Amino acid sequence: MSSQDIPEENLPAEQDAHGAVGVANEQDPFADPGLPPHEHRVQDIDEQAARRSERVVAFLFTVSMLATVGFIASYVAIPHDRAIYVFPIGHINALNFALGLTLGLALFSIGAGAVHWARTLMSDVEIADERHAIEATPEVKAKVLADFKQGAKESALGRRKLIRNTMFGALALFPLSGVMLLRDLGPLPGTKLRHTIWSKGKLLVNMNTNEPLRPSDVAVGSLTFAKPEGLEEHDEEFQTEIAKAALMIVRLQPDNIKDKRELEWSHEGIVAYSKICTHVGCPISLYEQQTHHVLCPCHQSTFDLSDGARVIFGPAGHALPQLRIGVNDEGYLEALGDFEEPVGPAFWERG
Amino acid sequence: MSNNESPSSNEPRRGKAPAGERVADWADGRLGIYGLAKANMRKIFPDHWSFMLGEICLYSFIIIILTGVYLTLFFHPSMNEVEYHGSYIPLQGQMMSEAFNSTMHISFDVRGGLLIRQIHHWAALIFLAAMFVHMMRVFFTGAFRKPREVNWLFGFLLFVLGMFTGFTGYSLPDDLLSGTGVRFMEGAVLSVPIVGTYLSFFLFGGEFPGGDFVSRFYSIHILLLPGIMLGLVVGHLILVFYHKHTQFAGPGKTNNNVVGMPLLPVYMAKAGGFFFLVFGVIAAVSAIASINPIWSMGPYRPDMVSTGAQPDWYMGFSEGLIRVMPGWEINAWGHTLVLGVFIPLVIFPLVLVSIAVYPFIESWVTGDKREHHILDRPRNVPTRTAFGAAWISWYFVLLVGGGNDLWATHFHLSINAITWFVRVGFFVVPVLVFVATKRICLGLQRRDRDKVLHGRESGIIKRLPHGEFIEVHEPLSQDALHTLTAHEQYVPAAIGATVDENGVERKVKGAEKLRAKLSEAYYGEESQIPKPTVEEYKEITSGHGHH
Repeated sequence: MSSQDIPEENLPAEQDAHGAVGVANEQDPFADPGLPPHEHRVQDIDEQAARRSERVVAFLFTVSMLATVGFIASYVAIPHDRAIYVFPIGHINALNFALGLTLGLALFSIGAGAVHWARTLMSDVEIADERHAIEATPEVKAKVLADFKQGAKESALGRRKLIRNTMFGALALFPLSGVMLLRDLGPLPGTKLRHTIWSKGKLLVNMNTNEPLRPSDVAVGSLTFAKPEGLEEHDEEFQTEIAKAALMIVRLQPDNIKDKRELEWSHEGIVAYSKICTHVGCPISLYEQQTHHVLCPCHQSTFDLSDGARVIFGPAGHALPQLRIGVNDEGYLEALGDFEEPVGPAFWERG
Repeated sequence: MSNNESPSSNEPRRGKAPAGERVADWADGRLGIYGLAKANMRKIFPDHWSFMLGEICLYSFIIIILTGVYLTLFFHPSMNEVEYHGSYIPLQGQMMSEAFNSTMHISFDVRGGLLIRQIHHWAALIFLAAMFVHMMRVFFTGAFRKPREVNWLFGFLLFVLGMFTGFTGYSLPDDLLSGTGVRFMEGAVLSVPIVGTYLSFFLFGGEFPGGDFVSRFYSIHILLLPGIMLGLVVGHLILVFYHKHTQFAGPGKTNNNVVGMPLLPVYMAKAGGFFFLVFGVIAAVSAIASINPIWSMGPYRPDMVSTGAQPDWYMGFSEGLIRVMPGWEINAWGHTLVLGVFIPLVIFPLVLVSIAVYPFIESWVTGDKREHHILDRPRNVPTRTAFGAAWISWYFVLLVGGGNDLWATHFHLSINAITWFVRVGFFVVPVLVFVATKRICLGLQRRDRDKVLHGRESGIIKRLPHGEFIEVHEPLSQDALHTLTAHEQYVPAAIGATVDENGVERKVKGAEKLRAKLSEAYYGEESQIPKPTVEEYKEITSGHGHH
C-alpha cells in the first residue's frame, strides 16, 4: 500500500487537532496525543432529549415506589402457604415469588434510574488527577528513622538486656494460658473410635420396620439397613451411636462368597457390613445386585461385598469392617461381638 | 449550581448558613471532615466494565450481612433433637435438631423468611464467584504489581475466608446434605497425622456429630470470620482509595495521572445505583430460583445420604481433590498414615497459595521496583497470562472431579473414566493450557504489530492498473497507535560477568541462575514479539507499496 491510498485526514500530519502535539507527531507517531476532546452527548445539546432522560429516570423511580407498595400488599394479602404454577418454573410458593419480584423490581429500578441519570444528565467530561508516589520522600524517611532511634534510645531497651529478655519471655509465655483454655473443647479420644455399641447377643433391628430381623426376612439381592437392638431415635446419643453402628445387610449365595473369613462370619450367606464408608465416613447406600458391589454416593468408593468388601475403585483406603453374625435360640439374627476393627474413616491411631 | 453559591460563602452573610452547612461545620469542628472531603469528594475513578467486578463483591457482601442479621433473629443454633410440628406436612413428627427446625420455621412460617434465606444463599454464591472473577481481572491485567501487592493479599484472604464462611454457613441448617459435608470435613481432619483424632474431638466436642458443632460453627460463621472479613474489606477499600485506581493505557492516560469521572456526582450515582442493581437482581433470582431446599433433603442423620451430594460450587475443587485421589494408606508401627485423604488436604491450600504468591514471584523475576498504575493487556504479558490460564484450568479440572457423579449421569459417561481423566488432567491439562495460551498471546501480539505497521484491514479490494488486486489498509489513528504501543517490554535479566577485571571468578548463586532462567522464559525471544519501533513505522509508511 502506498501513501497515496491513505485518505488525507488519516495522514499523521493531518491528525493533530490540538496544535502542540503536532510537532511530537513528526518525531514520534506513537506519542501520547493527550486526552481526546470531549464529545457532546445528545442530552448536552438537545434540551428535549435531556428532558426525555429526566422523564425516564423519574419513571424508574416511580416504578420503584409502586413495587414497594406491591411488596407490602403481597406481604399482607398472600397467604404464606399458597402455591402457584409459574411457567416454566413449575409450582412455587406464591408469597416468596411475589415478595422477591417486587423487592427486586423496587431495588433494580432505583439502580437503573441512578445509572441512567449519571450516564445521560451528569457531566461526562473526563478529568485527569495527578498521582503521587506512595513511598515517602527521603527527608520524611530520614526524620522517621531519627525519631525511631531517639525513641528506642530513650526506652533503653537495647542497653538493659535483662528487661528486654524477661519481657520477651513474659510475652511469649502468656498465650499458653489461652491454649490451655482450649483443652476442654472436647474429651480425649481414648479408644472411642474403636468401639461401637454392638456386642455379643444384640439383635439386628431393621431400620425401616424397627423389628428384629430373621434370616428369612433377608432375600437374596436385597439390601437391608439395620441398627442394634435398644438404640432408639429419641435416645440422647442416637446420632453419635448410629454414626458408628449403622449396618448394611445383604444375602449372597454362599458359593459366591470368595473370602474365607467373610463366609465364616456370615449366616447362610447373610453378611453384615458397616454402612460407614472407610474413606471419609459417608453412609454407603447404593447396591448393585448382580455384581455385589456397593458404591458410596459421596465420593464413589466401590466395595465388593462378595470378597471381604475390598475396595475395587475410588478413594477409600481399606475394606469395610464386617460384623460377625449368627442366629439366636429364637431364630433372630444377632451380633456375635463388636466390630473387630474401627469403623469409618481411618485415623492416626487406627493401626 | 455550586458555582452560583460559592461567591456568597466568602462574603459575610446576612442570615444564618443553610442547615446542611451548619451540620457540616459542627462535624468538621470535631471530625475534620472538610479536609477529608477536599481530598476525596471529587476523587477520580476511571471507567471500565471490569472495574465493576470488585463492586459486585462489595455489594453482595453488604447484602449478605443485612440478610444474615435478619436470619439470626429466627435461627436457633442448637442441636437439641425436637419433633417437627410446623406447617410442612411431609416432615411432620420427624426428629430433627432445633437448628433444622428453626430453619424450617424461617422457610415456611415466617413471611418473607424464605426470600431472605434465599437472598442470603444466592448472594453468598455470587460473592464468591465475583471475588473469583475480580481476582482474575486483577491478575490478568497485572493490577497486583507495586504498590498493590498487599491489597492483592487482602483480597486473596477475603476469598479464602469467604469460602470457609460459606462452608460454616451452609452447614448450619443441619440438613442431610450439609451434614454429609461436615462428615467429610471430619474425615479429612481425622487424616491429619498424629493430632488428627484430637483435633476432631476438640472441634466436635467429642465424637461426630455430637451436640456442639452447630453452635460452634454459628459463632464462627456470624462473628469470627465475618468480623475479620469486614476489617479486611475496609482495609481493601482504604487502600483502593489511597493508591487510586489503575487504568488501561490510552490517549492522555499515563502512569502519573488517573483519568475518569469524579466521585461526586458521577461515580457515586453509578456505584450507588449499581448496588441497587445487584441487590435487585439477586432478589429477583431468589424469587424465581429455589436454593438449598432443606425441606426436600430432610434433617441430618449420619447413617443416611442422598445421591448427587455436592458442596456449594466454591468448595467443588477441594471435593474434586478428595474424589480422584487414590486411596493410599500406610500402616506401620501401629499407626495409620491416611495419605488418600491427607494429600488432598495439603494440596487444597497449595492450589490457592500458588496464585496468591504469584505477584511476589513476578516482581522477583522482573526486579522492577517502580510503581505501576497502567494495566497490562493480558496478551502483552504472555507468560503471566499463560500461568493464570493454566491455574484456572487446574481449578476447573478439579471442579469436574468434584462433580464426577453429575458429569457421569448428565452426559452418560463412565464415572471411572471421568475419575481417570481428572487424575491425568490434573498434571497434563495445565501444561497444555499454558502452552496454548502463550501461543495465542504471541499471535495477538503479532496481530497488534501488524495493525500498527500496516494499518487496519478495511475490507476494500482495489484493482491496480496492472491487474493486481490488493486490500486497502487504513492506517490507525494516533490514539490507537499510542494505545497499542504504550506497553513496555522487559529485557531478560542476564547473569552479570562471572569474572571480574582481575580475572577472579565470582561464584554464581543458584537463585541468581534461576532468576536469569525465569527471566529468559518470561521475556526471551520466544516469549514476546518486539513491539514496532518508530523507525519501522516510518520506513513502512513513507516507503513505497511493500506490504
